Amino acid sequence: MSSNDTPSFVRTEMLAERAPPALNTGAVGWIKTNLFPNPLSSVLTVVSLILVFLLLRSFIPWAFGGVWNAESLKECREILQGTEAACWAVIHERFWQLMYGFYPDNLYWRPNLAFVMLIVALAPVLFEKAPRWLLVVTVATPFLGPWLLWGGTIWTPIAAALGFVVGYLVYKAVANSLSELAGMVLGPLAAILWWIFVAGRLSDTLASVMPLAIESVPSRQFGGFMLSITLGITGIAASFPLGIVLALGRQSDLVIVKSLSVGFIEFIRGVPLITLLFVAQVMLAYFLPRGVEFDIILRVMIMITLFSAAYMAEVIRGGLAALPKGQYEAADALGLTYWQAQRLIIMPQALKIAIPGIVSTFIGLFKDTTLVSIIGLADPIGWVKFIQADANWNGIVWELYGFVAFVFFLFCFSMGRYSMYLERKLQTGHK
Amino acid sequence: MTTLTDPPKESFRLSMLLYDSRYRSITIQIIVLIAFVVGAGWLIRNAAVNLAEAGKPFTFKFLGEASGYDINQRLIDYSSQSTHARAAIVGIMNTLLVAVLGCVTATIIGVLVGVLRLSKSWMVSRLAGAYVEALRNVPVLLWIVLTMAIVAEFLPQPKDFRGENPAASMLLFDSVAITNRGIYIPEPQFSRALGDIPVLVGSSRDPSACQSYYEGGELADACGLFQISLDLWAIIALLVASIMVARLNTMRANRIQAATGDRPNTLWANLAIIVLPTVALLWYLGFYLDYPILKGFNFRGGIHLRNSLIALWLALSLYTGAFIAEVVRSGIMAIPKGQSEAAAALGLRQGKIMRLVILPQAWRVIFPPLISQYLNLTKNSSLAIAVGYMDVTGTLGGITLNQTGREMETVLLLMLVYLVISLTVSTAMNAYNKRNALKER
Repeated sequence: MSSNDTPSFVRTEMLAERAPPALNTGAVGWIKTNLFPNPLSSVLTVVSLILVFLLLRSFIPWAFGGVWNAESLKECREILQGTEAACWAVIHERFWQLMYGFYPDNLYWRPNLAFVMLIVALAPVLFEKAPRWLLVVTVATPFLGPWLLWGGTIWTPIAAALGFVVGYLVYKAVANSLSELAGMVLGPLAAILWWIFVAGRLSDTLASVMPLAIESVPSRQFGGFMLSITLGITGIAASFPLGIVLALGRQSDLVIVKSLSVGFIEFIRGVPLITLLFVAQVMLAYFLPRGVEFDIILRVMIMITLFSAAYMAEVIRGGLAALPKGQYEAADALGLTYWQAQRLIIMPQALKIAIPGIVSTFIGLFKDTTLVSIIGLADPIGWVKFIQADANWNGIVWELYGFVAFVFFLFCFSMGRYSMYLERKLQTGHK
Repeated sequence: MTTLTDPPKESFRLSMLLYDSRYRSITIQIIVLIAFVVGAGWLIRNAAVNLAEAGKPFTFKFLGEASGYDINQRLIDYSSQSTHARAAIVGIMNTLLVAVLGCVTATIIGVLVGVLRLSKSWMVSRLAGAYVEALRNVPVLLWIVLTMAIVAEFLPQPKDFRGENPAASMLLFDSVAITNRGIYIPEPQFSRALGDIPVLVGSSRDPSACQSYYEGGELADACGLFQISLDLWAIIALLVASIMVARLNTMRANRIQAATGDRPNTLWANLAIIVLPTVALLWYLGFYLDYPILKGFNFRGGIHLRNSLIALWLALSLYTGAFIAEVVRSGIMAIPKGQSEAAAALGLRQGKIMRLVILPQAWRVIFPPLISQYLNLTKNSSLAIAVGYMDVTGTLGGITLNQTGREMETVLLLMLVYLVISLTVSTAMNAYNKRNALKER
């Protein structure tokens, strides 16, 4: 058959695409498919539009027509002369207390510097692109941060840091000469002994020889968001490793280790945090030898850490359980030891699976720091109550709670968004 | 020629405790056990020494002493002469009350918001999403105290209900009054009541002592630890019995349907079986509603739900509702699209697809996290202490602790109460889960 026989009715070129119907494209199409797809949805859309409109109509003039400069609620009302608007003056007046509590105002730079240090320290951990040398700050922050907050002699954080060095050296020495296991027992033991018996004396001696100190601030002056953030950050930093240990303990084949972990986790998860804070407030002193007393904030930190470690352990256990068994077996087949397998194969994958749960545990922990107001610490909610009790601001509700809620929202929401970013970044599967 | 030789017999060496994997796990466990026992022993010894020095030997005798404080919101009789143990029980019942109320409303809110979040309307799903994000990212304690402040500051006072032209009025045919002191609702009463049975009667078995209490006297041992209302139990027993009969009727209908293909209508018969006997019993007992009435500066009669209960209930439901919404949404989204498409291909209508295909499968995904939300709500109800609602944290862990100074005993008991609630619920739910788990080959 020759090419001349091509029937005339067969097109040789493609037809140009026709534009879709005007109703299905552009803004109109979007509105049609997303706002009015069917009768029920249309009704709901209209109802919610009315709802949003009503909310905004009362909220916008209230929030933006507010008074920023006044001494008391009465003065606010006089300025407003009957119009419904916010009295933001209370935030303006009490801003520093809501932020720092009774922390001396000439020392605000210290918590600020600690906070900046923390952000710099977190950068290399959270974002891959940050320069690696920032890790120096990451290592230094756990020691310098508390020193900046509480003040005192510089030798205390140095002596505390030396404890880790001692522990590591002992571990290395024993692991090389005797066995890895003995090293893992004796290393931490040496560090603990150092902290109990040597660190205090060493820092005292050094302080008397070379007094390098900044003004110390007692815990009862801590307050406001500074207190929440301090508690939240230490809780997060400490509960994560503890949670991993507990999760591994619960997964372990060793009966005693397993039952101790299970008992601890179930006990902590079965009781509300407030009871643990009662323990910190009134009971912990009984469990320590006479004369040994430590600070209420430290006690609360310990309890919050234990509390969220139990939840963390369950989240991480979920990640471990979701990992295919082949991964464990492959690690064994390569001849890796238990800890090598955990570090190189199991944990990186399990933690990746567990990210959403881990972050929501962190968010929960940060929110739960507000419970300390019940045992009398002056966190933001405690401060709201103090301010409400002041005759000048008696009867103020929305402005104060709104402000505190907004700040908490900012922190928690951004943590949630970061976890989504992390999930996307670490997504290696095919979807 | 081959010779068989036994593997060399190893004698036990001490270093095998560390290097031989057969013994190493035992070594580790023994080290852990010793560390645990030494640590725990040290703590307990310290506690014993310190308590003895403080003159507070570990004993629960204080539970039998008169408490000396009042509890305004309570489900069982209680006065300041009652014991601390009874105060604790009142607290436990208050905890359970707010937990049950909260779980019911939180579920309703959660299901509604979760379904709305999946709505095809962009506006509605965004609005539901905003609700979830706003509630979840703010501490629950803040919601509780904020709700309390709103209830106390912005609701009408009882005096607003008075006068010719009142500023506020009662709702639902003058039966419900919402005030800043709480909500007053009608109370069900029986004019021909069957009476109460005292439980755990104390040493004196003199019914007259109990009678004097009802006439306004002090609570005596004779009245028992608490009373069980016979009326309530009669109604519950009758309802359960009627439901059983109704189920028999349904099973009969199932049998007929299996045999003949036609299903007799069971709706009206079942409704009659369940409703009529109960109505008859209520009539027999002389059921009537005691309405709240404004007398002087406050409402009298009816049930008074204190504003602390209302605030706690509302805040916990809204907060937990946001979490349940996420649970519901993820549960429904976990069902593959093929399921609803297959159901549609079989010719099922939209409602039936949801009811018969999606929800039964989604339920399996939703159930475990839903229960853990219920437990969270129960534990969060301990924040009642921030608004003065007398739950078990407020009574046992609050006033009783402060009055007796027995920190160790009260806090341990308090933990035990929560632990028992949590463990009971989670054990029951695990059993349910196991029974309803997907049967796989």
